[in-house]
Amino acid sequence: MPANIIQPNSTPLQRVDVDTVTLDIIENAMANARNEMDAVLIRTAMSPGIREQGDAFPMIANHDGKMVVGQFGSFITGFTESYGGTIEEGDIFLTNDPYMCDGAVSHLPDWLVLVPIFKDGRLINWSAMFGHMSDVGGKVPGSLPTDAQTIFEEGIRIPPVKIYKKGELNEDVLDLILHNVRMPRWNKSDFNAIVASCRTAAKRCIELANRFGDDVFTSALSMMLERNYIAMREIIRNVVPEEKRSFEDYICDDGAGLGPYTIRCTMWREGDKAIFDFEGTDPQAPSSVNFYLNEEMFKMFFGAFTINLFDPSILFNDGFYDLVEVNIPQGSILKPNFPAALSCRTHLLGRIFDVMGGLLGQGTPDAMSGAGFSDSPHFMYSGYDENNEWFQLFQIGFGGIPGRPVGDGPDGHSLWPGFTNVPNEFVEAYFPLRIETYETITDSGGAGLHRGGNGIRVGYRLLADGEISIHDDRWLTYPWGVNGGDPGQRSRKELIRANGERQMLPSKCDHVKVQAGDLVVFDTWGGGGWGNPLKREPQAVASDVRKGLVSVDGAKRYGVVLDATGTVDADATSALRAVMANSRDDSALFSRGGTIEEIKARCLEETGLPAPAMPVWKSGAGGRA
Amino acid sequence: MSFRLGVDVGGTFTDLLLINDDTGATYTAKVPSTPSDSSQGVLNGIEKICRTSGIDAREIRSVMHGTTVATNAILTQKGARVGLVTTQGYRQVLHIARSFVPGGLGGWVIFNKQPLLASLEHTVEAIERVSAKGEVVTELDEADIRGKLEQLRDAGIEALTVSLINAYASGVNEEKIAVIAAEVMPDIPVSLSSRVVPEMQEYERTETTVVNSFVRPEVSNYLDHLEHEIKARLADDVQLSILRSDGGLATCDSASYTPVNLLLSGPAGGVAGAIWFCSRGGFDKVLTFDVGGTSTDVALIENNSARLRRETRVGDVAVRAPSVDVRTVGAGGGSIAFVPELTRALRVGPDSAGAEPGPAAYNKGGEQPTVTDANVVLGYLPANQKLGGDMEIRRDLAEAAVQKVADGMGVSLKEAAEGIVRIANEHMFGALRLISVEQGYDPREFALCGFGGAGPLHANALGILMDAWPVIVPPSPGVLCAYGDATTRVKDEASRSLVKGFSKLDQAQVVEILESLTQQVNRSLEGQDIPRQDQTITWQADVRYQGQALLLTQDVEPDELKSKGLGVLQTAFDAEHQQLFSFSLDEEHELVNLRAIARAPRPNITEKEWTAEAEQLSDAVTGESPIYFDGQDHTATLYDREKLWPGHVIPGPAIVTEMDSTTVVFPGYQAEVDKVGNLLIEPVGHKGRE
Repeated sequence: MPANIIQPNSTPLQRVDVDTVTLDIIENAMANARNEMDAVLIRTAMSPGIREQGDAFPMIANHDGKMVVGQFGSFITGFTESYGGTIEEGDIFLTNDPYMCDGAVSHLPDWLVLVPIFKDGRLINWSAMFGHMSDVGGKVPGSLPTDAQTIFEEGIRIPPVKIYKKGELNEDVLDLILHNVRMPRWNKSDFNAIVASCRTAAKRCIELANRFGDDVFTSALSMMLERNYIAMREIIRNVVPEEKRSFEDYICDDGAGLGPYTIRCTMWREGDKAIFDFEGTDPQAPSSVNFYLNEEMFKMFFGAFTINLFDPSILFNDGFYDLVEVNIPQGSILKPNFPAALSCRTHLLGRIFDVMGGLLGQGTPDAMSGAGFSDSPHFMYSGYDENNEWFQLFQIGFGGIPGRPVGDGPDGHSLWPGFTNVPNEFVEAYFPLRIETYETITDSGGAGLHRGGNGIRVGYRLLADGEISIHDDRWLTYPWGVNGGDPGQRSRKELIRANGERQMLPSKCDHVKVQAGDLVVFDTWGGGGWGNPLKREPQAVASDVRKGLVSVDGAKRYGVVLDATGTVDADATSALRAVMANSRDDSALFSRGGTIEEIKARCLEETGLPAPAMPVWKSGAGGRA
Repeated sequence: MSFRLGVDVGGTFTDLLLINDDTGATYTAKVPSTPSDSSQGVLNGIEKICRTSGIDAREIRSVMHGTTVATNAILTQKGARVGLVTTQGYRQVLHIARSFVPGGLGGWVIFNKQPLLASLEHTVEAIERVSAKGEVVTELDEADIRGKLEQLRDAGIEALTVSLINAYASGVNEEKIAVIAAEVMPDIPVSLSSRVVPEMQEYERTETTVVNSFVRPEVSNYLDHLEHEIKARLADDVQLSILRSDGGLATCDSASYTPVNLLLSGPAGGVAGAIWFCSRGGFDKVLTFDVGGTSTDVALIENNSARLRRETRVGDVAVRAPSVDVRTVGAGGGSIAFVPELTRALRVGPDSAGAEPGPAAYNKGGEQPTVTDANVVLGYLPANQKLGGDMEIRRDLAEAAVQKVADGMGVSLKEAAEGIVRIANEHMFGALRLISVEQGYDPREFALCGFGGAGPLHANALGILMDAWPVIVPPSPGVLCAYGDATTRVKDEASRSLVKGFSKLDQAQVVEILESLTQQVNRSLEGQDIPRQDQTITWQADVRYQGQALLLTQDVEPDELKSKGLGVLQTAFDAEHQQLFSFSLDEEHELVNLRAIARAPRPNITEKEWTAEAEQLSDAVTGESPIYFDGQDHTATLYDREKLWPGHVIPGPAIVTEMDSTTVVFPGYQAEVDKVGNLLIEPVGHKGRE
């Protein structure tokens, strides 16, 4: 039953004409309001994940719940259709359960706050934001247990609740929730920050409605949605062909011994409608790497990804949703059955963007980039410090942006908007560790006319006994190169004990006991290369070598020979390039570093870790032909 | 007789203002800037102003100078070749740049990085380590770093930065490297992160110190040369001071050592000039906007002083240096209007026609429609107006350019022009909101002050959008920066990082630190001939809830802190947090930085006297001109500002012209000349409502 929205003022909002200048002014003001939401949050939040890394996402929707500004698309309609209670002025909703909000948030650490915005007794807007909490309870510190089998192990589940009812905070519920988490101070202030941020948006919407009139304001928002519809219709006609086209990528394993899991997507166009079908995607995992992918959110990914190629200045919204259809098989790793565990969905969330790039790129290879840094690898470290106080560190890693049509991929950067590292000096001041190495990994970017960016090596010297967790991927399959570019180097993790013993750590692991003096070497992966590396300007390669980004040996992947002083040896370079050109096969669009079978066969030797076993659908379940 | 001289070097003109300390009489001069060596323009200007005023150059006791030399070195990427020393394992700290990629989802697809100000080829690692508590964990390997510094020297670096991990906690190893560098490369200026900006966060500290090195040779050459030439032409003991980004004055030596503190020297001068005129007109809460060719700078003034912030941003470069909280938005007279085909929306800026080719109306080859062209079409800039004395305005060219936008939108020429101006105003309005409403201030309690060449054109419109009255247009709005330079006072500050919870602090310890910082700034001002008894001391504390990233700076009087204790700071912080973010928390407060600020007295400048014989308002009328406002045609009266007198009230629609600027007064509004010569624009009848 849909929610009952109580609006004492029953006069309906009228659609009126709005001149384009007023429309542009309102568009600009809405963009500012959204930026202000970010600013309020980052200034007042406390957990390093939100305040330094910016792991939070704001949105403002119109009175129908359609996202006018934001990033991940609207989930308001889904919420109002499934919420059984009343919605009144002063109410604020909180939830974190993916199964209760149709995947609007995709794991329990993301807390979603929804604020209906009323003016003169009428609902005129919604503001919302979700942010990643450092801990929500459950079986491991950080609440991202790789080995969880159900969502019940992953922390406290909050169904949509009125955390504020007619303006009154429901303190009992908040206390109950905070009682179940390991860092209640952080959750509480981050929650306050998110609410303050949503309220700021509410204030701005009401001011705009006062300034222009409710009807002009709400009509302008509808026109902004229509602008996107028209623009995206053009784009879809341009980039989505009528014949079917498919692409596959993988996550390497599930942390429970199975892998790689295939994500398969087929795309085609019928009239103005783009269709994405995930038939052929592997079944859900027994561990927590499942990603409950909301279809609407996928539409948003598609739109955001393509619009950047055509008009990056447009204020992007979800007005084009009717132009896209998405089918995801129930029971697959992208739509698991309740109560499947979901906490470690970050690998699949990232990989979706590689799938999108490969899928769209086949039609326009020149506009395609290599495989990117499609993940947010985590490093977690917890225990008791020298004052016997509990500490809990959560770090996100960054890696190589792929080679792109516009140029080389930046080394050691983020694929996610607004993310930054937590300053190492901050980490060292508040946690018992020292970061001894913080640099990009020479030669880890895929060779190409445009080089893939290098991954990052972070060396954590641990100064207290405790436990660590690692969540990463692309240790087995390669970040692929395109148009003749080579794949990037894969990730790896090594633990070097205080006594000198060395141990390769799996890409996904929890509860690894560590002692003071141990060193964790956390290597992320490089971006795929773009274009034939033999065509790269030799001086550009020599410059990379001087900067330490490529080695003298690594320069040979470009067919470039350097002498002892680092100067290009022109004759030797031409000779080597001629030999290499002869043995090149330039027919393939994608360079994946071998078939899955070949990669698995070399796995133990190359990575020091055993190859995972192939996942299979249980008989009768959908998906694979 | 003694005189003070303010000099502001802008992109096109160098403005000078000479003030007689005893009579308050002022003389102005404008000469073309000389970008290849801007000291030449300054010297030309001094020559001109002395010639036209008949004043002997040796009577000038002090020269105050706002300079964009440092800013331009960054914007044009023409600074020094900088060598950088980091801790082992951190060579790529600037290259990684905290992994930040601008733009939204998918922004990485089109993001290209700017070249680093200290290239990786000129970055070396020192074998050393200091812990977060400031203890040396690994001793510096001196032989190793000596060899690496020799390599940097041989590679031809022109400035050196040393920025080691945790140097905010202890600069001991940075100092050791500085000693070795002085031996290896005695002529190369060395900047240490622990001296330039002793604050946590390795990337920001390194970037700030590298920016300091990047601009340092150019700034210090410039200042050395200028000081030498000025002393040769003026008196031997003339004092040259440089305006810092935070609006304080620095000696030549200190400006040369930390030029990173000068990046917003120019805009700070404008704000100081606005304070000068607004405060004497009786307005102590003012929002300022300075509209130039490519952008608009806005700032908030409260209690006659500008709000400050601890970060300075120039183009893509952000550094940790205190500056007047000036926000810049890419909308100015030269901003280009266009209508994208895909969405048919009207966009204005951020691209600008700049000085070359400039707006179409300037007839210097520009064809794209700009905000200035729209102002010409609307009649706000009358075609018979001469800009800066000699540039002619071509209405026909402006109309041809704006017609392109009109065609794209399918509206009339004048409607398109009004649309362009409205969008530009909206961008400026957005920036003004950012520093007022979004910081918890109600703009209706503020006056607005518009200056810069184009500010007075948009002043009335912004007053309407902000509902902030009066809108003040100070005298000579085009040379206001030079006024600011000449009228600002000497100031210095010293700070120390603490980063401690209040529960672990005691009042005596905090007061002791502040007293010692006070000693430091007292001595600094005494070195500039300002006796201690004339100095005003303010204390500041940067406070947050433990765990937050923000810092809110709390001002406190020394006596109040001593008598009431640290609770004063907590209460003030909670109140400000509530005002800004609509909540405060029951959490431990953290004291991050302590600061002592010493200020010299305000310069004692006598008010200008208006001669007793006021002219008739009708004597100031120079003609009539059509304007278009709010969808209708009107006839505006033209006035010559030179002939306006205190007490005159100009009814709208009107246009007030002067040598370097034009003010528009809309129908239903009026402009009154106040006792110091400001134009005060208000709705007709507004006064009675107060």
